[in-house]
Formats: sequence, C-alpha cells, structure tokens
Amino acid sequence: MSVAIEVNCQTGEVIERPLTAEEIAANEAAAAQAEADRLAAEEAAAVVQSAKEAAHAKLAALGLTADEIAALSK
Amino acid sequence: MPSTYQLISSNTLSSSAASVTFSAIPSTYTDLVLRLSVRQTTATTSITARVRFNSSSSGYSFTILRSNNGTASSYAMSGDSYVYPGHTPAASSTANAFGSAEIYIPSYLVSQNKPISTFGVNENNATTIGNNIIAAANLWQNTAAITSMEILPTTSGSFDTGSSFYLYGIKNS
Repeated sequence: MSVAIEVNCQTGEVIERPLTAEEIAANEAAAAQAEADRLAAEEAAAVVQSAKEAAHAKLAALGLTADEIAALSK
Repeated sequence: MPSTYQLISSNTLSSSAASVTFSAIPSTYTDLVLRLSVRQTTATTSITARVRFNSSSSGYSFTILRSNNGTASSYAMSGDSYVYPGHTPAASSTANAFGSAEIYIPSYLVSQNKPISTFGVNENNATTIGNNIIAAANLWQNTAAITSMEILPTTSGSFDTGSSFYLYGIKNS
C-alpha cells in the first residue's frame, strides 16, 4: 500500500497515512504528464545538438579546421 | 552570506513511501535548504524526483544543465508543475546506490516570486559507469511564503527504504 509521510516541522510529529484513491490518480496523471514534458524537452535539446553536430561535420568537410569551426560557434 | 545553518527536521524511510512532506515550516529563518539522499522503486536505472511547495503544481520554470555519462545537454521549460532536483537510482540500479541532491531556496518568506537553485548527482556504482549530474536554475512564480514542501518520485512509484530527507534553515543574523 502506498503511504504518504508528513513531518510537522513545528511539533516533530510524523504522520503516515495511506494515499487516497484521488491522490493516487492525481499523482499518476501528474507524473505521466511531467515525465512526458521532460522527455519532450530533452528530445528537443537532442535535436538541436544533432543539428549542431551535423553542421560541424559539413563545415569540416568544406575544409575548416576544428579551431575555425569552434570560432564560428562563439 | 547567512551565518547559521540549522536542522529543522528530517526523516529516513523505514519502509517505502509515495511522498514525504515537510509541513508547518517555521517562519524564523531567511533561507531553506533541502537535502535528499534517495532511491526509487520504479523498475529503471535512473529517474528524476519532484518537489513542489505549498501543494501548488503550477508556476514552475527552469533551465537545466545535464551530463548523462559524459554527454552534455541543456533544456528549459516554463509552465511546469514541479522543481526537479536531479536523477536518482531506482530498482534496476545497483543495490543500495542512492542519489543525492540539494535545493537552495533563498528568501522563502518574501512576497515575491522564488528563485531556487538545485544540484543533484547519482552514480550507479557498477563496473559500467552510470552517472548523472543535473544543475538547474528554477523559478516558482508565486508570492506566498513557503510553508510546506512535498517531495515525490517522478513516476507513480515510491521512494525506497533508507531514503533520507533533511530540511535546514539558514538565518542571516
């Protein structure tokens, strides 16, 4: 059974209780959405990185040195 | 720079839990620091944790810089529901491997939006290197004083036994 723990910082009391059905459903929905959003952002960043690497490779094929390519990126 | 650093409260799990909440956070400090050493029960090797304040799941934005086994990436997001302090080991990781993270919340009582910094690392402690570093600049667009803090796994799993949570307060005088 999933439990939630609450630590009261004023009294030191620790309350452990089962999650309600509503909390379980809300957690699962929020977690799924959060994970999907995070993966989408990571994927978008990976696409940009891949495009940069492809551009660097094309520049190198044109004869630019690594230092010259790096200078273009600054 | 604040001159004090005091433990407000802590909890180490004796069995798995779906969330840990620090409630009734005292208003006698200037800044808060949350430190985590956690592992999750989901069947994977590395997964993020989540944190939210005052039970609010809106108004969070961040820029993340990440290294995953030496591969660097970065991304930003707005309109999110949580702060993500970093990746943690999970059920498919090496046994007893835990990830650690720190969240620094300056001026948690002021009636302004809250900038928050996070830094988290995990290492799978196996023959094959499996490490992950995340540093992030976060903003919670909310002017309320922070009175509670809830730490959750990213998936519908739980934090594993032995995971520990420490909340510190810092005073500037």
